[in-house]
Formats: sequence, structure tokens, C-alpha cells
Amino acid sequence: MLQRLLSDNFIPTADAGVGALAVSGLSVAYHQRLVLRDVTWTAPARGLVAVVGPNGAGKSTFLKAVLGLVPALTGTIEVYGRPLKRQRALIGYVPQRESVDWDFPVSALDVVTMGRYGLIGWGRRITGKHRAAAMQALDRVGMADFAHRQIGQLSGGQQQRVFLARALAQEARLYFMDEPLAGVDAATEQTILAVLRELDAEGRTVICVHHDLQTVAETFDHVLMLNGGLIAAGPVREALTEENLRRAYGQRASGLLLGPR
Amino acid sequence: MAMVGHNTLVVLLGATALGLAAGMVGCFMVLRRRALVSDALSHATLPGIVAAFLTGMALGVEGRSLPLLLTGAAISGAIAVATIQAIKRWTRLTEDAAIGAVLSVFFGAGVVLLSVVQELPAANAAGLKGFIFGQTAAMRTGEAMGLGALALLAAAMVWLFFKEFRLLAFDEGFARAAGWPTGRIDLALMALVTLVTVVGLQTVGLVLIIALLITPAATARFWTDDLARMLIIAGGVGAVSGGVGALLSSRFADLPAGAIIVLVATTLFFISLIVAPSRGLLGRSLRRARLRRALLAGELAP
Repeated sequence: MLQRLLSDNFIPTADAGVGALAVSGLSVAYHQRLVLRDVTWTAPARGLVAVVGPNGAGKSTFLKAVLGLVPALTGTIEVYGRPLKRQRALIGYVPQRESVDWDFPVSALDVVTMGRYGLIGWGRRITGKHRAAAMQALDRVGMADFAHRQIGQLSGGQQQRVFLARALAQEARLYFMDEPLAGVDAATEQTILAVLRELDAEGRTVICVHHDLQTVAETFDHVLMLNGGLIAAGPVREALTEENLRRAYGQRASGLLLGPR
Repeated sequence: MAMVGHNTLVVLLGATALGLAAGMVGCFMVLRRRALVSDALSHATLPGIVAAFLTGMALGVEGRSLPLLLTGAAISGAIAVATIQAIKRWTRLTEDAAIGAVLSVFFGAGVVLLSVVQELPAANAAGLKGFIFGQTAAMRTGEAMGLGALALLAAAMVWLFFKEFRLLAFDEGFARAAGWPTGRIDLALMALVTLVTVVGLQTVGLVLIIALLITPAATARFWTDDLARMLIIAGGVGAVSGGVGALLSSRFADLPAGAIIVLVATTLFFISLIVAPSRGLLGRSLRRARLRRALLAGELAP
């Protein structure tokens, strides 16, 4: 792993002042409608970042445009100071659970092994070494016992953990996660949050679309607040203010942080 | 086997190889929900075949040169698939509308061209109609061998890039984020489907080749939840259908091979639909009945 990073990819040391992700002037439109306007933002070199905003604010679109999954109208993306295209091997991705067909004939282990394909390479067979690494990733999310289950026979929370394990198997430096906590059970939520903290402790960056404002402060260090464009960004304490929430969510924002009374 | 001649044996083996390749490639078409794209592709080969025939005539090549005709078939099939992709990408029409439009326009153009060619006094276009429903009887030994080899090549390519095709079919977004050239992998898959279609034109015919791509894959899905096994079963079902169909049609002179091959595949499909243990109808209702009995007997905890 280390060898691959040294040869193909470039990661500056943490004190070099280069962010994990630098987005500049990113605008995205679906058909005629502008979804994101001119977002310029630099992610911190490490830490957990929550991308928040109301429904339809463009959170998922932001993630997909950064990853090149939807075309951007304008803007450039850099990962650790270099164009994203050359740094793909440093990126891990957890898509929304609804994005795939769970009736697909693969086991949980098969799916997690897909996280290793980039390390295995074109046309090569999957070796025991990579299968063991996938198994380890499954174990990390508490899913080792389900390795050989067809994915359709897993609960929603278990499926989400399989997706997280696949990203772990990628051994990435910078992770993008699209609502990994949406609609999961309490046990899964605890597991995922624990893994996020581990990733943080290992010095990796996680950029995570998150819909539950009340848990942002407990888990995340930084916030990127979007609503059709950049509303606010920075450490949770500075950016997650009533004033900013009102700008993102409108008047409904009062009490969002405190929860229903 | 003593009863079949050398030529028949070669045709039979060729049909078996075709079934193997079609079953394997077809798995990915079924899983990617592309079944109808391959139907449009096969129908769209007709104008290419006739155009290639006309080109051959103009250049003074022998009218029914199989490599030339199949090249024409592959080109017009590929243009049709590219047209579907373009309509999907640049307009707001859905894929099924694009498929319907492209399939009918290309097939219609082919039918018109074909009737024009048959009116030409100098043309010996008798063989061209054979591509619509298939015609193994007219196959020469060399041709059958070449086509069989191409089918085996397609099957080998599917096995070689199994990992990449599986990734693309399951989660294209993840594959792209991880830096896989999904466009090129998709293109490779479509190229293999085109190859299988073109190889199958003479044996099965362009109307029925879709069944050989889709039915074995759908049959295999009843038996397993593992993609590698699904590929093996689908390849087996396709191979058996191809072999048995070609054999029956050689024994009973007037039975068209393509139709028999498809009927054999469909028989295997219906048997699987009913008796396959995990996903078949019988297994499912037995399991439900057992569950109900356990529930009523109070043996079942929530």
C-alpha cells in the first residue's frame, strides 16, 4: 500500500498547509436548473467534515460533482494539491444505499472485495491476500459473520455497513460518504460513528453528507453548509450558528439544533 | 455421433460454442437491464448485412462472402447502439423510447433494402433472408469453425474481465469514483454482445438471438445467488440449447435451428422457474407453507 502511494500519488505532510480537497468555483446544473453556484472551499488536511443543508440543497450533487460522477459546469477539483484525476487511488467512496440493486447476485464479501479491485489491477484474479483484507474490513464493521450472505438478505443497516467496509477495503486517505447514517438502526449508527472516529484518529479525512444536525457537533470537527451554494464553512463551533442555519434553512431553522420541543 | 456427418458435427459444435458465449455475456445484459438494447442491436444488423451485400456486388466480390456480410452487420448494429446512447444522453427521452425508435427504424430500413435487392436482376440474394430466422443448413464447414472460434473468444474475454464487468454491473458510480474507466469497460461489454450477436446471425437469426442472450441468464438466476456460478450455469444452459437445437434441426430437415434452440432454452427456463430450490416457485411456496405451519404450531418466535 505504502509503496503504491509513494510511487503514484502525492501526499504532502500535514504541516505543508495543503488541504485534503480544494474545490474552486464549482457550479453544477441539472438540465436547465442550476443546483450549485460557484462553491469554493478547502477541506482541512485531516478530520471529519459534515456536509449539511436542507433537502434539495445540493449536498449529494456536491459530492458527485467533486468525484466527477455528474458533470460540472465550471470549477476545478484538487486532492492533496494535485488534480483529482491523478489522485483517484487516494479516494474512498460510500454511495447512497439506494444507488444499487440489492438483488444483485453477490455476497457481502464480494461487494467488499470490490474495494480492492483498484489494488488488484486489470484482468488479474482476486488473490487470498485481498480476500483476507476484505474480510478484515467486514470484521471492522461487525459483519464478518455475514460475509457469505447474498446482499439482498441483509437488513438496511447491514447493507450500509457492507458499503462502509468496501470503502475501508480501499485503504484511502480521503473518504466521501453520502448519507451513511440515513435510515440505519441504532447499532449500525454506533458502529459507523466509531469507524469514522477511527479513520480520523488514523489521520484520514472524511467528508460526509449528513442530515441530522443534532449529531453534527458530537461527531464532526468541521461543517460545510450548502443551499444552492456555499452558506458557511469552518470548525463546527464557528460555522454551525443560528444565523448561518437561518440562511440555509430559512425561518424553520429556529430550534433545529435543539430538536423538537 | 456416427449418424451425423462431419459438416453437421462442426455446425453443432459451433452452435454449442455460440450458446456458451451468449449465456455468459447475456448475464451482464440481464443484470445491467440492457436486454432490450441487445434486441435493438440484433434487429439493426439487417440494413448492414444488405448494404454489405450491395457493396460486395459493386466491388465484384462474391455476393455471399460471410466475413463481409457480418462486418456490415456489426457496423450497423454498433451505429444503432451508439444512436440509442446519444438519444438517451442528449434528449430527455427515456431509454425504452430510444430503443423502440431505433430498433424499428433500422429494421424497417433493412426490410426495404432487402426487397430492393431482391428485385435486382443481377443479384443472387437468396441467402440474405436466412439471416432473419437463421439457416444452419447453408453453413459451410470453414464458416462454422470460424464462428465457433469467435464465440469461444467472446466467452474467454468475459471470463478474463469478469471482475471488471461485475463491478460495472453492480455499482457504476463507485467504479467511476475509484478511477475505473467505466465508459471503456461498458464499450468492451457492448463489443462482446455485438460479437456474439453477429456470430449467431447465421445459426439463430437476428429476430431470435435476443432469446439466446437473455433466456439462459434468466434461467441461471433461479439457481444461484453467486455471479460466477450464474455465468457457468447460463453458459451451460446456452451450450445445451445450442447443441440440442442444432442437432434436432439437422435430424428433421425442415425445422429451423434458431427456433428449436430458443425452444430448448425456454423449456429449461420454465423447468427452472418451477423447480429451482432457492428462487423457484415450488421451493418458495414449500418454504412459506413450512413457515406457516411452524407459526401455527407456536414454534416460531419473532
